[in-house]
Amino acid sequence: MKRGNVDLYTNAMVREVTTDGDGLATGVVYVNTLDMQEYHILGRTVVLGASACETARLLLNSKSNWYPDGLANGSGLIGRYLHDSTGAGRSAIVPALIDRDRYNEDGARGIHVYSPWWLDNSQLDFPRGYHLEFGGGMGMPLYGVGFGMDSMRQHITDEFGNPSKNGGYGTGLKKDIYKLYGSTIGVVGRGESIPQYSNYCEIDPDTVDKYGIPVLRFHYQWTEHELKQARHMQETFEELLTSLGGIPLGEKPGADSQYGLEAPGRIIHEVGTTRMGDDPGSSVLNKYAQAHECKNLFVVDAGQFVSQADKNPTWTIMALSWRTSDYILDQMKQGNL
Amino acid sequence: MNRREHLKLLLAGSVGAGLFLATGCSTKDEEISREILAQNELSYGRTDEEKQRDARLIEERFFTDIEFEMVRVLTEIIIPSDEESGGALDAGVPDFIEFMMKDQPQLQLVTRGGLMWLNSQCNTRFGSQFLDCSEYQRLEMIDEIAWPDEFAPEMQYGVRFFNRMRDLTATGFFTSQIGIEYLDYRGNRPGFWDGVPEDVLEKHGLEYDQKTLDECIREEDRNRIAVWDENMNLL
Repeated sequence: MKRGNVDLYTNAMVREVTTDGDGLATGVVYVNTLDMQEYHILGRTVVLGASACETARLLLNSKSNWYPDGLANGSGLIGRYLHDSTGAGRSAIVPALIDRDRYNEDGARGIHVYSPWWLDNSQLDFPRGYHLEFGGGMGMPLYGVGFGMDSMRQHITDEFGNPSKNGGYGTGLKKDIYKLYGSTIGVVGRGESIPQYSNYCEIDPDTVDKYGIPVLRFHYQWTEHELKQARHMQETFEELLTSLGGIPLGEKPGADSQYGLEAPGRIIHEVGTTRMGDDPGSSVLNKYAQAHECKNLFVVDAGQFVSQADKNPTWTIMALSWRTSDYILDQMKQGNL
Repeated sequence: MNRREHLKLLLAGSVGAGLFLATGCSTKDEEISREILAQNELSYGRTDEEKQRDARLIEERFFTDIEFEMVRVLTEIIIPSDEESGGALDAGVPDFIEFMMKDQPQLQLVTRGGLMWLNSQCNTRFGSQFLDCSEYQRLEMIDEIAWPDEFAPEMQYGVRFFNRMRDLTATGFFTSQIGIEYLDYRGNRPGFWDGVPEDVLEKHGLEYDQKTLDECIREEDRNRIAVWDENMNLL
């Protein structure tokens, strides 16, 4: 592998992609976060991998005579179709796990148990699907361990079968926390949402960050598709937790709390703000993640996604980036870039 | 931690792990680890900004002397030392709560207000502040607010306050060395993980199937180190 061909600029907050009189990208202007001065770097091509929202922000902030609505935004779609994974969860206490023997369970948790989507949508009232992740175990005690004894002690019974009183204090409390450790499990669902034109981010004309760069504001509502999916998740959680002998904790989330659906953005799988497609009227990038309107501008983050599966987007980002890199090399060799 | 220390730590980690398989940690490894930890007390792995924030929070005092003494008394009531382990005071829980007041400023008003509320109640009931009450009187008062499923309506605020104090005391205790030892947290250990121990499985009426054991516990693969060819293909 050849070395010495990369200059890495750290502590650089990019404000804008600059363009020339022909509408081609010429480089980026960034703020050095240490000396708070602006610098301009020139380049033959500009490849953005800033994450979906930040890339949208950058392009929308890169206005010029050529691009009055933001760089490569002739379609008006930059920021549109922003979507995140759905997410909801439930936890339970499992009496069979109370006061159990100790052993190392650190490596046997969370992502090691995973259930991909398993149902047939033709039998369901919502499209797409979700997967399940499971948590629990005797993990390292962190802030929050021992919380909630005002409602959890009742699950402990003495030798005569009498439940402990909730709350309290003293050695009995300490012993009950010992017994409850590692006795709760949690299930979360992460699912696929339906991308919507009406869900979007845009530049907030009233606010800048500490580098003086206008920030984004967001408009995002879940639709009935996601709500029905979350309702289905809650049914699944309860069925799973109770059939393994667990006692679900808290109230089952209902319509009033959107079935426990997390707010958009909470699952941090934001994608879709610079979607790819063949038609420049309905997409920002082509299939190589090259801007339709600016041939030496590429986006290699999740902005290019048109939809996303229920699982984390990172590996798809990496695969698409690889393909884009090959394409850039090829186009440079051909003299097109 | 500067770059040189960081490299030393990395080195200590990898060499330590390698040696363990053969001979266990060397004295020199232990010395290096101790030295690095000593130089980075409370700030190991922190950025400069985080270190500054920690230093500021540790410098500031939130509780007055009287409030802090009340916190000391309350935490030791909630988790006292007994024949099995030290208690909240031994575990440094009051200092932890003092820290949390500054780390989570939304706790400040409700905690200060709760301590004052407790004093008012004791004044009304016994004619003296909480700290001046006898141990018997203190516990009589605490019993009014310690049981969230049965309390007099006018005690509701006190119950909420005491729930919060119980949470903070419990979490402070069980994240201390004394508490973790009492909890008997095992965590990752050097060596191998062969799944849930057989005697534990037996107690729960469970066992691994042979297929899982064959696929997941392959003794012949242990200590094999990955090797790549010049094209970065795994051999």
